[in-house]
Amino acid sequence: MGNARRPREIRLSTTPTPEALAELRLGDIVYLDGLMYTAREGVYMRALEEKANIPMELPAQSAANFHCSPAARINPDGTFEMGAVTATASFRFAKWLPEWLAKSGAKLVIGKGGMTSKDYKEIFVPNGAIYLSTVGYGTGALLGRGVEKVEAVHWHEELGLAQAMWVLRCKKMGPFIVASDLDGNCLFERENNKIAANIAKVYEGTKPAILKRFGETDDRTDELI
Amino acid sequence: MLENYKAAKEDRRAMCGDTGTPRWYVKMGNETQIEGGPIALEAALRRATAKATNGVPLRPNRVHPLWRTDHDNNVGIGAPEIEYGYEPGGEWIDLITVHKGGLFGTDYRMLFPSDGIQGIKRFYLDCLVAFGKRGLACQPAIIGIGLGGCKDTAMVLGKRAACLRIVGDKNSDPRIAQMEDEFKDLGNSIGMGAMGFVGKSMVIDCNIEVGYCHTGGMQMSVHAFCLSSRRAVARIYADGRVEYRTDPNWFTDYQRRETVEWEMPDDHEKSA
Repeated sequence: MGNARRPREIRLSTTPTPEALAELRLGDIVYLDGLMYTAREGVYMRALEEKANIPMELPAQSAANFHCSPAARINPDGTFEMGAVTATASFRFAKWLPEWLAKSGAKLVIGKGGMTSKDYKEIFVPNGAIYLSTVGYGTGALLGRGVEKVEAVHWHEELGLAQAMWVLRCKKMGPFIVASDLDGNCLFERENNKIAANIAKVYEGTKPAILKRFGETDDRTDELI
Repeated sequence: MLENYKAAKEDRRAMCGDTGTPRWYVKMGNETQIEGGPIALEAALRRATAKATNGVPLRPNRVHPLWRTDHDNNVGIGAPEIEYGYEPGGEWIDLITVHKGGLFGTDYRMLFPSDGIQGIKRFYLDCLVAFGKRGLACQPAIIGIGLGGCKDTAMVLGKRAACLRIVGDKNSDPRIAQMEDEFKDLGNSIGMGAMGFVGKSMVIDCNIEVGYCHTGGMQMSVHAFCLSSRRAVARIYADGRVEYRTDPNWFTDYQRRETVEWEMPDDHEKSA
């Protein structure tokens, strides 16, 4: 964070009030208390496309959706062993989120890398939800320490352990960083804009590859040489 | 990140929830005989992968690409990958396991001789900038570049360059070693750091490995070994002794040989 002021540290419930969410500013550091569940493509597809009944009371029990697969196992006696937990990149799940936020009432989406400000404005803001990013990534051991107890795991037989819906009891779990606010502002885009100024200089002297690829032109009738 | 490393060490937890896709690099001295043959070795490595997945626990990452079937043990069709190398002389087997996570930070491009070094630089920067945004590559990372070979070997070389060298070492070709230094500095001059935020730490080290390629082409791959780079090396001797070390020492002079025949230098036993 360089010379920037030390970020604020905030304890937040996984069933936060609208007032508590309104308090949050981009870059704030958040620690979570309460129940959190993991849900990514497997859970979204099962709940939204296959219309399976969600095995939790949402959002009464938890309004915190973690884009995560834990490094965990189910012991033969039915107890759980959980070591590290880290977030996975969220942008891939955008297509399910409008329906999921409406249905689950999630107010906190926790993941890696955030979403676009367009997604925040169109999906998060109308649902009164914000996005928390894990900090530094790969800090799964620290986050693992914040898991007081694994309460349950749902749909592991249908989806496998990595895609299952893990229900975690969190105690001062973090750090997370506020990556969107209730107005839909985006921390990652703000940072990207600061870096953009230097990009042309770094590329100085290089030239585009002789053989182009689709993506460098989106017109499929174009030549690529 | 350092606090996390400490927590992982103290608690004996994985550093990151994404414990990667376990893979094995196996290297043998030329005199090595395997009890039960190579099939027994492969079975043992698959057993070890399943056992560690449940025991540590690691995240069971491996699923069928279409049916998403998960055996919850990181074993399946073609998983874990097992790659082999051989060294002249010696009766030992090196088991190197690499758990590289992430779906981002890796790319391939067919360049041509006329693209030149500037073309190589540009594709390198493209990979860092594209996957560095929002920290998708989980930088700072060890960057491996594969140049030449065929399309598949270019990918293999890049991955090995990222995963099997140690930070601070140099390619034995002094001109490539110079490129490695230059590319490391170039990557760190982008102005991007962890999470894609403003920063200077993008590239911990840049390793380049090459293979002879088609005369008309200059294949290139870039791989990022994330900030939770995990690797372990054990050498097993015929008498059952096991020695652990941190340097895979994969890229010996023999692995980078250019000649038809190989004459073992006097000091080879030491270096391998």
